[in-house]
Amino acid sequence: MTLCGQPILLVLLNLLVTTLSFATPITLGALSGVACERAGVVNIAIEGMMLCGAFAGYWAAVTTHNIWLAVGMALIVGVLMALLHGLLSITYRVDQIISGTVINILGFGITGYLYGQWYTAQAPESPGTLPIIGIPGTQVSLQFLSIVAILLVGVAHLVLNYTPWGLRVQAVGEHPQAADTVGINVRGVRYGAIVVGGLLAGLGGASYVPGYLPVFTPGMTAGYGFIALAAMIFGKWRPFGAWAAALFFGLTLALQNNMQSCGVQISPQIVGMFPYVATLLVLAGFVGRSTPPAADGVPY
Amino acid sequence: MNAPAPVAAPAGRPAARPSLGALARRLGRELLIPALSILTAFLLGAGVIWLTTGSLPAVVGAYGGLLQGALGSPQAIANTLIKATPYIFAGLAVALAFKCGLFNIGAEGQVALGGLCAAFVGYNFQLPGFLHLPLALAAGLLGGFLWGAVPGFLKARTGAHEVITTIMMNYLALQFVALMLSGPMKDKHSVAAQTPHLAVTAWLPMLVPTLQLHSGVLLAAAAAGAVWWFLYRTTWGFEIRTTGANPAAARYAGMPIVRNVVLAMALSGGLAGLAGAVDVTGVALNVASPGDLGDRYFGLGFSSGYGFDSIAVALLGRSNPLGVIAAALLFGALRAGATQMQFNTQVPGEIISVIQGLILLFVAAPALVRRLYRVRAPVASGPQPALTSGWGEKV
Repeated sequence: MTLCGQPILLVLLNLLVTTLSFATPITLGALSGVACERAGVVNIAIEGMMLCGAFAGYWAAVTTHNIWLAVGMALIVGVLMALLHGLLSITYRVDQIISGTVINILGFGITGYLYGQWYTAQAPESPGTLPIIGIPGTQVSLQFLSIVAILLVGVAHLVLNYTPWGLRVQAVGEHPQAADTVGINVRGVRYGAIVVGGLLAGLGGASYVPGYLPVFTPGMTAGYGFIALAAMIFGKWRPFGAWAAALFFGLTLALQNNMQSCGVQISPQIVGMFPYVATLLVLAGFVGRSTPPAADGVPY
Repeated sequence: MNAPAPVAAPAGRPAARPSLGALARRLGRELLIPALSILTAFLLGAGVIWLTTGSLPAVVGAYGGLLQGALGSPQAIANTLIKATPYIFAGLAVALAFKCGLFNIGAEGQVALGGLCAAFVGYNFQLPGFLHLPLALAAGLLGGFLWGAVPGFLKARTGAHEVITTIMMNYLALQFVALMLSGPMKDKHSVAAQTPHLAVTAWLPMLVPTLQLHSGVLLAAAAAGAVWWFLYRTTWGFEIRTTGANPAAARYAGMPIVRNVVLAMALSGGLAGLAGAVDVTGVALNVASPGDLGDRYFGLGFSSGYGFDSIAVALLGRSNPLGVIAAALLFGALRAGATQMQFNTQVPGEIISVIQGLILLFVAAPALVRRLYRVRAPVASGPQPALTSGWGEKV
């Protein structure tokens, strides 16, 4: 059986891999959101953090010619942005939405500025991308960080639900006063959680450069940080739920991508609306109900 | 956040006029933090330029270019006013929602949608000028109004937090705009994703034709006056402010919370929609020579960033209409100056986003600024109310 000139199994395999590829930054970003928000810190800054991570990855890759150091640099910068978020929203009790907006505007500005200052004349190619894992017998290959992202979903689930620290994170996000009463350092746990969130968002940035592409382009995350936010809500603030939502959104993007190369014309904009409409419906309670952690967004 | 006026003595005039000296002292207190925030942001921006270029003259050259492009000539001043106009509308939009305790992050999408609606009326109809322009502006207002009403309704009815819903609706609006520009509303004679040119009857009249300065800035000033009047001199405005200051008290007093929330978000969206409508009917594109009046159309990437920046404009202006005008002028000057700066010195224009982000950072964290400059906190300041008191609470 064939579908647009190819064996149907190969078409499906291709679709699966493309889905995973689109879902990778969404999954990592959504996990970043879960880490922060389960601890009660709203994170609308995933976009800015990922963008900075991707730029840091590119900068380190062309500077050190070592893509693993580049991933490390993306993680470090992700954490730095997260610490800024923490300084503002936890220490200085700035409204968490405003703090997130600061990071998004700053992230867009500083990466665009540095790229323009250093690489506009000629953007050097980084030494390459992370290894890709070929599937034997086909031309199809899987990105390294796509696999890491899937593993991290499981790790996040286990850490959040089965370790003392994860349970503290949840306590702090649901009822900080109660957590404080039993001796949990609320601010400390929240700082820890957003550092984890920064690591995950930084890795999300690394999934662009050097994970998938050898060069950075300004604004390259193109709203995926907000799709990740949507996936987190769609997945009801749970790692596996967020992952399922990320796969779902990834599938819509992959369908659009693959159908075009197959000759089927489908408006990319209509497909592009899908994650946002789906999230609005969930938020409005038309499709299930998505309830955030009780103390999400409340400074302590 | 700028807490609305005390509920006890809302719309009435103060019992006795304060002395001029007291007024000046109060003004100084109000302006201290914003002024220090702006100063610090520019200093840090200079630091970024210095660190990345390694030369101090580059910093001087860049800021000189910025100043020259913003204020250095009549054309520069006109550019600043043109760029400030949408900031005034969108800043007022965010400020009005703040007054109701709502955070409208959706201005970005509302501006784009308002611009698209106004452009549609502008190119699609043949009407006399006295009807065409008002209709185009009204279409932009209505587009933003309805787009803003949706998150307000969702908030009031289902408790869906307006921050999330407006973010989602931003991207929905941007996708919708791209969809329209890729087919139904695309100019068949152009390769670019843009609407056909607007009829001359739908253009905003020019204030100074030689500088392409359109009259939108006057409309923006009028809008600021109207917002002030609405908030402080009408019953609905009072109820919106009360809902923002203390929803429980507002409910206890029998005020219709649902209506206030929907109305505040819709009006906020309408103001943002006007930002787009005024921009699309006013800004001259494809200007060939200094006196040329250019074309008017709506293209992909229209006014991008205005909606997000306007959050900073509203906060810097402390949600006060006059303050919003001042903040919008500063942000407009930055946008206008950036082009000249990049032309003069090759310092990338994105540095103004860095400066704007830093201004927002410091304005939002007054405690940080006070600590940096060892300024004592005002005695009377109580705890700052948080806007985001949870994602899912019902009003």
